[in-house]
Amino acid sequence: MGALTRIASLLVLVAAWQAAALEAGSRLLPAPMAVLRFIIQEAERGDLIHNVGVTLLRVAISFGIAMVLGVALGVALGRSKAADLTLDTPLLVLLNTPALVITVLAYVWVGLTEAAAILAVVLNKLPNVAVIVREGARNLDPQLDEMARAYRFDRLTWARDVLIPQLQPYVVTASRSGLSLAWKIVLVVELLGRPDGVGFAINYYFVQSTDVAAIIGYSLVFMAVMIGIDVLLLQRLEAHVRRWR
Amino acid sequence: MSAAGADPVLRVSIDSKWYRSRGAEPVEAVRDLAFGVEAGEIVCLIGPSGAGKTTSLRILLGLDTDYTGQVSGAEQAGMVFQEPRLLPWRSVEHNVRLGLPRARRGRDLDGLFGRLGLAPWRASYPKALSLGMQRRVALARALADDPRVLVLDEPFVSLDDAAAAELRGLVVDTVDGAGMSVLMVTHNVAEAIGIADRLLLLSRRPASLVADVPLDRERGARDRAWAEATRATLAARYPEIIAV
Repeated sequence: MGALTRIASLLVLVAAWQAAALEAGSRLLPAPMAVLRFIIQEAERGDLIHNVGVTLLRVAISFGIAMVLGVALGVALGRSKAADLTLDTPLLVLLNTPALVITVLAYVWVGLTEAAAILAVVLNKLPNVAVIVREGARNLDPQLDEMARAYRFDRLTWARDVLIPQLQPYVVTASRSGLSLAWKIVLVVELLGRPDGVGFAINYYFVQSTDVAAIIGYSLVFMAVMIGIDVLLLQRLEAHVRRWR
Repeated sequence: MSAAGADPVLRVSIDSKWYRSRGAEPVEAVRDLAFGVEAGEIVCLIGPSGAGKTTSLRILLGLDTDYTGQVSGAEQAGMVFQEPRLLPWRSVEHNVRLGLPRARRGRDLDGLFGRLGLAPWRASYPKALSLGMQRRVALARALADDPRVLVLDEPFVSLDDAAAAELRGLVVDTVDGAGMSVLMVTHNVAEAIGIADRLLLLSRRPASLVADVPLDRERGARDRAWAEATRATLAARYPEIIAV
């Protein structure tokens, strides 16, 4: 039933797109088949796989770094009042700096390199992760902490059996919202200063020929990849960490 | 009963304990509270609610270090809190094994699970169990490392009479069999009279010791008439602490 509704809504969407394209009759609003044709051509040339692969790698690396640092920072902020007071303001500044500004500054200061691109994405995403995980670290159950002290849990046991299970839901939430954020920012970063990737390709087709079929084609493919990762990986992970409920 | 002159398993000597919170008058929770628990002895701590009983237990266990005085023996104690305080994301078996230090966590616990009637539930998550069963799991965790003394904070509240009696029986059988001591906080006087070797009566805040009452009759020989007579005597002597 749920799946059927989803398919129906998707079909309506595609039909509406087709109708609008027919009505407009312009290459600035290509029909679904035109987009599909572009995707197939681009895949046959090998550019699609290359650009999507490069972007996916950038997303994976920056996502991984941002998650590890963000979780560590979030736990420190949630557990230590001093750390929270010290770092709350810089975090707030970073959180409210536009992604575009962070990206431009990273390229200006570090240079037009891969490292600058990764840094820009990490700096954009890290504050979100830290803030979500801080909430989790603040909400640790004091009764369980007391129990852990009464039973003299060693640090490893405390981290593995008491701390991490309580943080897991927050970390999963941060990953899911963070992944979609990361890939959107990666595209901007690629557009501004990388010679490959989905963001670069979209910019290329925009500047060179305003090829809207190419722009929509690239974004659809990459969107499908990210939704696939969310459904196949993250949602299953979420179900796994919630299994005891 | 312990041999005379043996060292107590637990020793508590709290000179004073104050709660100081900003914007409120400081409150003295405990003053001059001193007692010991001998080997193999069941001691019940009875007092009005809010008297500082749980505070005293927390100090004894080293969970609260902001007091003056001295305590010893907590390192050989197994603790059962008022709420089961199990890790809901770990199986019953895992929760019980967390009562052991890491080096001994793999030891054979079949006997313990069997004795407490938990064998069929070892792989279950705590949320699948009733409160009474969760309390058993908490008890198993406290017993896992063969402590010399069990410290229990109101372990039978919010259970129906049958479940409370069953769990009480398990505790008494276990400690009698192993020569373990028990220090139990309760406000249920009838329950204390039923199982204790000694009652410690605490005053209102600040908690201090009002009376140390040994109950000499064998646990098996305590009938209803004896229990009621004991309670009546205590109620006459300590009307502030024990209601008729």
